[in-house]
Amino acid sequence: MKNQARIARRKFTNRMFLALSVAAAAFGLVWLAFILGELFYNGFAALSPAIFTEMTPAPGSPGGLANAIFGSVVMSLVAVLGGTPLGILAGTYLAEYGRYGRLAFFIRFVNDILLSAPSIVIGLFVYEIIVFSPPDSSLLKVCRASLGDYCPVGHFSGVAGAVALMVIVIPVVVRTTENMLLLVPNGLREAAAALGAPRSNVIRIVTWRAARAGIVTGVLLAIARISGETAPLLFTALNNQFMSKNLAQPIASLPVVIFNYAMGPYEDLHALAWAGALIITAAVLTLSILARLLENKRS
Amino acid sequence: MDANGAPTTSAEKIKVDIRDLSFYYGSFKGLKNVNVPLYDRKVTAFIGPSGCGKSTLLRILNRIYELYPNQRAEGEVMLDGENILSSKLDTNLLRSRVGMVFQKPTPFPMTIYDNIAFGIKLYERMPKSELDGRIEDALQRAALWTEVKDKLKNSGLSLSGGQQQRLCIARTVATRPEVILLDEPCSALDPISTAKIEELIDELSSDYTIVIVTHNMQQASRASDYTAFMYLGEMVEFGPTERIFTAPEKKQTEQYITGRFG
Repeated sequence: MKNQARIARRKFTNRMFLALSVAAAAFGLVWLAFILGELFYNGFAALSPAIFTEMTPAPGSPGGLANAIFGSVVMSLVAVLGGTPLGILAGTYLAEYGRYGRLAFFIRFVNDILLSAPSIVIGLFVYEIIVFSPPDSSLLKVCRASLGDYCPVGHFSGVAGAVALMVIVIPVVVRTTENMLLLVPNGLREAAAALGAPRSNVIRIVTWRAARAGIVTGVLLAIARISGETAPLLFTALNNQFMSKNLAQPIASLPVVIFNYAMGPYEDLHALAWAGALIITAAVLTLSILARLLENKRS
Repeated sequence: MDANGAPTTSAEKIKVDIRDLSFYYGSFKGLKNVNVPLYDRKVTAFIGPSGCGKSTLLRILNRIYELYPNQRAEGEVMLDGENILSSKLDTNLLRSRVGMVFQKPTPFPMTIYDNIAFGIKLYERMPKSELDGRIEDALQRAALWTEVKDKLKNSGLSLSGGQQQRLCIARTVATRPEVILLDEPCSALDPISTAKIEELIDELSSDYTIVIVTHNMQQASRASDYTAFMYLGEMVEFGPTERIFTAPEKKQTEQYITGRFG
């Protein structure tokens, strides 16, 4: 019967579609599994307590990644501590005060561009304004005069690295804050306003609280985003063979050390690079899982 | 009798007098020269088909429409002789005098206690013991106290829909407004919760001027003293509820309340 033929054809199409989408998903996952497998295999082999206690070595001598881990953590911390309040306030402006305005439209547009700006461009930008400062520039003069040896301007420094990472963090936080606040129903704002609450109270006590989990998720994802950034650090924090706790001086970071060691011909340094890659991946994975858990709690 | 056919006895003071009020959503005129008095400590119901402007009218009375762009009111709304549409008036202060309960329950993401304390703390400073008393009183008035007195520290979101709506009423009552606006407060509730809230409206009307927007004709006839019937942005008829429901003067009103259109 004609009907049966049609049903059989539909079943066939259905199976074909299912097979194709499963194949496409599998194709993507195979590479992920491949990468993770290789990473865990080589990374775990290279892991040892010395990784967390010893400094980055010269080829042929033993060592670890302690200074690079420290540098990465400190610069990320500074970037997030500085970028989060700025990002949350800007995102709040976009979602609450300026939602329908022209200025917000403009800021949103610029933020979107910044969000997708290649990180190497951001690194170059920070290099231009902080690292490469002409000897007669006023920024350099003021900085030297007030901070002396602790002035981070005019040469590679941890501060420059942190600023570059901050420039990456800010648009991410702005965007997630705005989106999470837009998800808060207007009814909640109306209800708070209807009690006679000024706008700032409505935002601080009601809408921020309603969007809290989402905003924290955004910050976690921003940390994940910067923890693997290499390009902006190459131009700014550079690297350091030793443990440096002075952010005014060049400082080591995991991505840059991985980059340097992986490019070189030495087997022992390759092993350290694998260990560093494993540490970053584990950190990002942990943050993503935390973010996912918060997301689930929210909904 | 005044122009609208309502009895004006000396006992009935006008709390809010809406005069020649028009409202625009952009260029669309949502309300057309509406006149209606709201009597002190009485319940006034706004009825009419969807889109007739009853919620719009309600949302002018506390100027909540100002949260959105391109909305504008023209005319006068006199609250105790003062025009609330005047730009000199502080809208937050106005809203502390004219409370509002919305169609959907809107508990804040905080404890039951804090939900009610939020509004009180906006305009008053008091010791904790007094605040506790105010919160208990508000919950009592909203007929919610016995159900929540042992879980004041639980989230307001943990309550059922009907309880959440009574929490919202308690929150509004706690700030001691003079007028309470209710925008279809029972449309998301089951019949038992609805009955509780109607009872509540009746009790509250001894202290507050109440305006209720409703789609439910029985509710309007049960719960209100005065009824205003609106259609297509115009005030068609206003009068004592009993008369509107038994002997409406306008044909449109009669057709609507008997269910022949709308």
